[in-house]
Formats: sequence, structure tokens, C-alpha cells
Amino acid sequence: MSINITSTPMRLTIALSGEIDHHNAAALRLEADDAIQSSLASNIRIDFGDVTFMDSSGIGFVLGRYRIAESCGANVEVINLSGRLYTMMKLAGLEKLVTLKTK
Amino acid sequence: MKPVNTIKLELESRSVNESFARATVAAFAAQLDPNVEEISDIKTAVSEAVTNCIVHAYPDCVGKIYIYAAIYENGKFKVKIKDKGKGIEDVEKAMEPLYTTLGGERAGLGFAVMESFCDKIKVKSKPGKGTTVTLEKIFSGRSATDDRS
Ligand SMILES: Nc1ncnc2c1ncn2[C@@H]1O[C@H](COP(=O)(O)OP(=O)(O)OP(=O)(O)O)[C@@H](O)[C@H]1O
Ligand SMILES: [Mg+2]
Repeated sequence: MSINITSTPMRLTIALSGEIDHHNAAALRLEADDAIQSSLASNIRIDFGDVTFMDSSGIGFVLGRYRIAESCGANVEVINLSGRLYTMMKLAGLEKLVTLKTK
Repeated sequence: MKPVNTIKLELESRSVNESFARATVAAFAAQLDPNVEEISDIKTAVSEAVTNCIVHAYPDCVGKIYIYAAIYENGKFKVKIKDKGKGIEDVEKAMEPLYTTLGGERAGLGFAVMESFCDKIKVKSKPGKGTTVTLEKIFSGRSATDDRS
């Protein structure tokens, strides 16, 4: 599991890779929140392109980042979702809060 | 119907064991020759049930998680995930999508995910005694009888 964060003045990109479960979500959360809170970008993009496994902890991860981004006045976009991950995020109603884009 | 093959696992409720549990059950299920999607379904459902034992059943201690998995002739796969932890007061309510007693980063979707990725789910629980989640899935691949030995 790894996280790679890049930023431009307009956009903060959080690229995740590997397996997201309850065990490793905690470390991802810390790094992502640090970056979001110190960024001035109005768009937070979370890239799931290299995620090989996710359970509901991944949904919790997006929800949590959405809440923090919203309180900082930024919007969230989740990109490169596989069909499976897209279905899971829809199941959670996440499309009402963030923009979901498939691969 | 009697299973053609079974395994039993006992593990401590440490979060580092989540990936071990789902990978082990999936490796056993591979004997039914499932496709990639079916393996992901099992991995995800097992991950949900095991995580629930760790975060809900044993919130402030390390307890034991018992996993039993069985392969049947007709392509049926069964997995039981059991804990002797806190238990659930109202199972029906706990299984409703978005219901969670923890909030924070939990979405309340574990049971909904298990339901959508398996063909059958049964939850038995007693407050103070523990919880058993039984998942069943029929794989479309070749039957396990072919190379039983
Ligand atoms: N093994 C268990 N022992 C005790 N309580 C449980 C157990 N499994 C589930 N529960 C209860 O059922 C509720 C719903 O579980 P579910 O997995 O659907 O959601 P969650 O774990 O709260 O959130 P998520 O799975 O999305 O991270 C939990 O909040 C908890 O109260
Ligand atoms: Mg859960």
C-alpha cells in the first residue's frame, strides 16, 4: 500500500496504490489529511487507478477526505475507478457527495 | 450435503491479520476454479467480516477470530467467521446499509457489501457472547469433484 501526493496551485492529487483495508487506511488518512489541510487547491483528486483491493474502509476513506475537503472549501473527485470499486462507491451513495469517474 | 474439503483457521484480532485472512480464504477457494471477479467478491466479503471482529467485537482487547471454510461438490463455497466478543443487540438493524455504531471513518456498509458480493449471508449474535457470520457463494467454474483426492 502506498500513497503519492502531488500538487499544483489548483489541484491536489492523491494517488493510492495497493490494497486499502482498515489496517492500512489509518496511515493513508494521516498523510492525506496533512496534505489537504495545508493545500490551497480548490480541487482534490483521489486516484484509485493502482488500487488492487478495497473493502468498505476505502469508502470510509473517501467519505472522511470529503468531509475535510469540504470544511476547507474544496471539492473532491475520485478517478480511475474499476467497475467493482465504482459499484461499491455507488452503493454508499458517494456520487451525491463527490464526482466519481471510472477508468 | 457433506463438503469435499474444509479448512479451519484461528487468528488474533490484530488488524495486520486482515489481509492474511482474506488472502488465505481466497487461496483455499481457488480450488473451485473461480474467476477473478468471484475471488474479489470472496476477498472483500471476508475482509468485511474479519474487520468487524477486530473493530466491533473486540474494541479494546485482542480476542480470537475463528474462520471455517468449506467447498461443496456443486461449486458452493461456504465461509464462517466467528468471534466471542461483544455481540450485536439488534442484528436486523445492524445489517441496514449505512448503520454504524462507530461513526468516524466507518461507513456502515460492511454488511451491505457482504450481501451484494455473496449469494447468502446469515448472522447469529448474542450480546456478550459473540457473533457468527456465515457467507455462501456459488462459483460458476468447474466443480470441485474433478480433482478431488
Ligand atoms: N462481529 C461483530 N461484533 C459486534 N458488533 C458487530 C460485529 N459486526 C458488526 N457489528 C455491528 O454492526 C454494525 C454494522 O456493521 P457494518 O460492517 O455494516 O458497518 P461498520 O463496520 O460500522 O462500518 P464499515 O463496515 O462500513 O466500515 C457495526 O457498526 C457494529 O455495531
Ligand atoms: Mg464493518
